Amino acid sequence: MATLFQGLGLVTPLSSSNSFESNKLLHPSRTCRSISERKDGIFVVRSDARVSQLLKRRARTHDLLVTNAVATQGGSFVASTSKPGHELLLFEALREGLEEEMERDPCVCVMGEDVGHYGGSYKVTKDLATKFGDLRVLDTPIAENSFTGMGIGAAMTGLRPVVEGMNMGFLLLAFNQISNNCGMLHYTSGGQFKIPIVIRGPGGVGRQLGAEHSQRLESYFQSIPGIQMVACSTPYNAKGLMKAAIRSENPVILFEHVLLYNLKERIPDEEYVLSLEEAEMVRPGEHVTILTYSRMRYHVMQAAKTLVNKGYDPEVIDIRSLKPFDLHTIGNSVKKTHRVLIVEECMRTGGIGASLTAAITENFHDYLDAPVVCLSSQDVPTPYAGTLEEWTVVQPPQIVTAVEQLCQ
Amino acid sequence: MALSRVSSSSPSILLKPLSSYLSLRRRSVSSSSTDPLTVETSLPFTAHRCDEPSRAVETSAAELLSFFRDMALMRRMEIAADSLYKAKLIRGFCHLYDGQEAVAVGMEAAITRKDCIITAYRDHCTFLSRGGTLLEVFAELMGRRDGCSKGKGGSMHFYRKEGGFYGGHGIVGAQVPLGCGLAFAQKYCKDENVTFSLYGDGAANQGQLFEALNISALWDLPSILVCENNHYGMGTAEWRAAKSPAYYKRGDYVPGLKVDGMDALAVKQACKFAKEFALKNGPIILEMDTYRYHGHSMSDPGSTYRTRDEISGVRQERDPIERVRKLLLSHEISTEKELKDTEKEVRKEVDEAIAKAKESQMPDPSDLFKNVYVKGLGVEARGADRKEVIATLP
Repeated sequence: MATLFQGLGLVTPLSSSNSFESNKLLHPSRTCRSISERKDGIFVVRSDARVSQLLKRRARTHDLLVTNAVATQGGSFVASTSKPGHELLLFEALREGLEEEMERDPCVCVMGEDVGHYGGSYKVTKDLATKFGDLRVLDTPIAENSFTGMGIGAAMTGLRPVVEGMNMGFLLLAFNQISNNCGMLHYTSGGQFKIPIVIRGPGGVGRQLGAEHSQRLESYFQSIPGIQMVACSTPYNAKGLMKAAIRSENPVILFEHVLLYNLKERIPDEEYVLSLEEAEMVRPGEHVTILTYSRMRYHVMQAAKTLVNKGYDPEVIDIRSLKPFDLHTIGNSVKKTHRVLIVEECMRTGGIGASLTAAITENFHDYLDAPVVCLSSQDVPTPYAGTLEEWTVVQPPQIVTAVEQLCQ
Repeated sequence: MALSRVSSSSPSILLKPLSSYLSLRRRSVSSSSTDPLTVETSLPFTAHRCDEPSRAVETSAAELLSFFRDMALMRRMEIAADSLYKAKLIRGFCHLYDGQEAVAVGMEAAITRKDCIITAYRDHCTFLSRGGTLLEVFAELMGRRDGCSKGKGGSMHFYRKEGGFYGGHGIVGAQVPLGCGLAFAQKYCKDENVTFSLYGDGAANQGQLFEALNISALWDLPSILVCENNHYGMGTAEWRAAKSPAYYKRGDYVPGLKVDGMDALAVKQACKFAKEFALKNGPIILEMDTYRYHGHSMSDPGSTYRTRDEISGVRQERDPIERVRKLLLSHEISTEKELKDTEKEVRKEVDEAIAKAKESQMPDPSDLFKNVYVKGLGVEARGADRKEVIATLP
């Protein structure tokens, strides 16, 4: 700990009761390096001996963990950016999360098709190969079954691979590896092997990508015991979930969506990690609970605007955790509103909505004033034609109608 | 499109129906347009565990003209698809074949419509060579009802059953086991035909390929695996994805042949050889050394992993259409002007097809549920909220 402050060049001694936790600080040598790079940063030792750093400029900063997340509001220090945090797109948020974790832990590596030199087909791994080298950002041949299996094998020894499926649909080729090895090995080995792997990639119905590239794998993977599944929907939760997934000791499948990569949001400069098992309250309300995730969140919010104009007060929850469900948050909401609408992109048969409907009905039946309504995509292969594709997925007007019927 | 206007029931392999059609169109030619003509391939074949075919290819003036016209048509079609994509009339994925036309055209010249071809997603030109029309191509690309898959498949899902064209597949490598299955059915039905399963250098590293190859060899299936090696699997060069980029040798116990894929005559010779071979001896691998000018798909600029010099170098030295043009000129089968006129006609044909496709109808809502099952299930498909019935599946 002392070395940190020698690097900083501060003479002020720390009080003995400083509140640092050394494991939260980055490795001192890295902090020293980062300091020399940013000459115009101001380092402040606050009276409670926490170090916060105010930056005079710009987007990319995360090298120093600030334990007090509200540092910029303090005292006479003026942050030059009028709002805290930095703005970026969702794929950049994923990249930031991945990069931070790779810096923090040398066991984290990335494998996938065209993730290295090409930078990733959705640019999530752009420039990482230049920074971390070919052994940590691995360009694989087109052999999903094998490289997913290899990632799982590497994870068994303690490495933390992040396996990218260029499109989630391609991971169907690796289903055996994901189901039998990734999900079950911890159990069948009596707890000896942990599989801290992250499998991520874009899925969902895009813009006329055709049937094979518009699949919703969460409905196929949800029965696999032993894995966790999360779906990100905003830059903020994308970065947080990516970091949480990498740090988790369990295998995690992170579902991204092809249409959400260019969403822009302002996220905090400070490091943050989200919980893998928590749902996100998007809009509190009183009349009806709308449960959704990923891209359908935006359809729901669009419908919510119309509903508010019509006098309804929907409570919108982005469930985020697809396996296991956050029944605590969901249950509290159901106990408040007594009506549930699920809006999902999975197909009607065997989707996340189907499981969620069952879970809610089993657990909160007494609190429901009406049967659970679930809006899902049609049970058809996603057609290529634009108009047909639109009719396949749930659209905002259908959500509005469903709420109106539910609230009668 | 010339190929589709002529009936496809010609029995002869060498004399394509097209050539008789073309000989009517050509002005200055003598009646010897279908006389045999022998041309040497510019590069030798390289063989693995078999004897390579001769470099002297038997062709005819009419066939060379048909090669030129068909390849020019394919080239123009792909360029037009590029513009349509940029105009947002084609959406999603669009993988263009320009540069690789010789493979489609040469292969078609060596076989009949009873032989099957199956390929991956770079399928527009192969569909055309198997008897598809320009209208079906453009209508499908624009998602209209008149498309070959009624607008429901898109660029990666072109099929033509009566032409023996089995697609059109989006998942890399998945078409190879399917193709070996077609070969199995052909052997089962004893019909003396073969199947060509096309795949790329990227797909060559898929496990299912080797599984299917092993079974084909074990069961002596008339299965010909054709690796269209354009040297890049999306953004990854072949040497970075394969320990051994000699794809024609990777069958190990299965014989192979390496072919100059930019030379339509070499392709024709190789496919003819392969068909005879496969009917007698079981599977064989053909590696077509070819090149694509466009990137992997329309969202890939194609220049981040290869230099523009390389692309323009190949275009100057190995372009398949230019090669045939030189042959036609040097053998005095055509004049410059006639070839240019052909190109103009081809351009006009493509433009007309696009205009017609643009007028074609969008699919009807009821089309959403058609062809999910074959028939008679009577399952009800309800609206998103499960209450309002919108269709009963036929």
